Amino acid sequence: MLVGQNGQGKTNLVEAIGYVATLGSHRVATDAPLVRHGCPRAVVRTALVNEDRELTVELEIAPGKANRARVNRGPVPRPRDVLGILRTVLFAPEDLALVRGDPGERRAFMDALLVQRAPRYAGVRADYEKVLRQRNALLKSAGAARRGGRGGENDLSTLDVWDGHLAKHGAELLAARLDLVDDLAPLVAAAYAGVAPESRPAAIGYRSSLGEALPTGGERADVSAITEALLAALGEKRSQELERGVSLVGPHRDELDLVLGEAPAKGYASHGESWSYALALRLGAYELLRAEGTEPVLVLDDVFAELDRRRRQRLAEVAIAAEQVLVTAAVEEDVPGELAGTRFRVADGEVRRVE
Amino acid sequence: MYEGPVQDLIDELGRLPGVGPKSAQRIAFHLLAADPADVGRLQDALGRVKEGVVFCEICGNVSEQTQCRICRDLRRDATVVCVVEEPKDVLAVERTREFKGRYHVLGGALDPLAGIGPDQLRIRELMARIGAQDITEIILATDPNTEGEATATYLVRMLRDFPGLTVTRLASGLPMGGDLEFADELTLGRALSGRRTV
Repeated sequence: MLVGQNGQGKTNLVEAIGYVATLGSHRVATDAPLVRHGCPRAVVRTALVNEDRELTVELEIAPGKANRARVNRGPVPRPRDVLGILRTVLFAPEDLALVRGDPGERRAFMDALLVQRAPRYAGVRADYEKVLRQRNALLKSAGAARRGGRGGENDLSTLDVWDGHLAKHGAELLAARLDLVDDLAPLVAAAYAGVAPESRPAAIGYRSSLGEALPTGGERADVSAITEALLAALGEKRSQELERGVSLVGPHRDELDLVLGEAPAKGYASHGESWSYALALRLGAYELLRAEGTEPVLVLDDVFAELDRRRRQRLAEVAIAAEQVLVTAAVEEDVPGELAGTRFRVADGEVRRVE
Repeated sequence: MYEGPVQDLIDELGRLPGVGPKSAQRIAFHLLAADPADVGRLQDALGRVKEGVVFCEICGNVSEQTQCRICRDLRRDATVVCVVEEPKDVLAVERTREFKGRYHVLGGALDPLAGIGPDQLRIRELMARIGAQDITEIILATDPNTEGEATATYLVRMLRDFPGLTVTRLASGLPMGGDLEFADELTLGRALSGRRTV
């Protein structure tokens, strides 16, 4: 447990741990705010245990430049290669945006969990985004050429090629997300019922931009069937896409539906329910990773102050069963007594063990 | 900031790829202290690079004459053409000493973000070459990244209608001298799907 007043560096510490696990912050979208103002770079050095093996992972974060990573003092080719060594599930006040924010927040939640499950998807997602950017650029220039009466055949002749690559990478990402939501849904429903038993039942579902054209049936999602469906949909939307200059089909337009009873959680859930839902998503993710044989480090950043007594109690029950839990709090009394472990006081960027 | 010509030199050097401000400063002061003859040779080389270098009219590689050394070499197999993105890729393939055919340099890869489409690459020249010469195999050796793969896919589409032409793509797989356990999943997955019977 890390206790200290606001602005002393508690979140900074757990954010660094989360960064080693996901190569991203739970707080901000870019790397720049992670580095002390006016400094060129930040370094995160961690000693951790992965399947009974002690490892050190070192990350150098240099905004605007390529980040560097070392495992056991040896440099690795890409920072991406450290993904999967440490697994964390982090719950923080920012998670309210999972329920109330834009679909992008929920896509990021799915993709981050996907990468924790199988680090390979970091590459799939990066490839998909690169193809998407290229294709959007092509749609813009081809659309402009067409409107200008210049035909744009030059651009259109390559659009088929980009369609093929978008469908290929997109199908891989989409199939992985469908399987993920399949596995996650019952865990989230159970976690929500546990956190808020008096509330309506929670159900999550995946909504694809393919709509009805999404191939269904079968135990697991079928990548080649989805590739075909994406290609067909891209063909149908082509003239609309050329007009607007953006790709209209693909996992970047999809949504994780959060339903409460009959209504969507966004807009219909109360403040307390929204908190419970965000918590249930994180707890579901935690249970999912555990069920697959890893013990993720559970990080609870400043959340007990935001929850009422029963939700605190429920969260404490889950946390107690976890192998390792890191809790930050401004007020020690907010944290249920049974979570009392080793305590550290954080003041002015210094961490001291409390005897 | 230094005064006058030294700072100008540092600024110019700093714009080169792979040269940061510290390196630029180091090179600038090295040149300042160097033997005038050495600096003269560098000056000459820089002067000649823009005027003296032409691109081979057949393959598009950098050359001293209208046709490059490889295209003029009659011992090389003219029926096999290896398609690469940049002149430096020709050098990379040449270093293997495995390839006895000719080259075709595209001058880049499809990259809509940078405004590069088929018309900006030497694709039309490639088609003309295949039509005019007796070429039986095209080896696509573009980079195995997003842009290079898209270029290869595009070329496959363009070339499939030539009768009797075989189009091949460089295999991708594990680096020699590497460890299987350290290979990333993508590379290992590709190596698996592209495995050979031995």
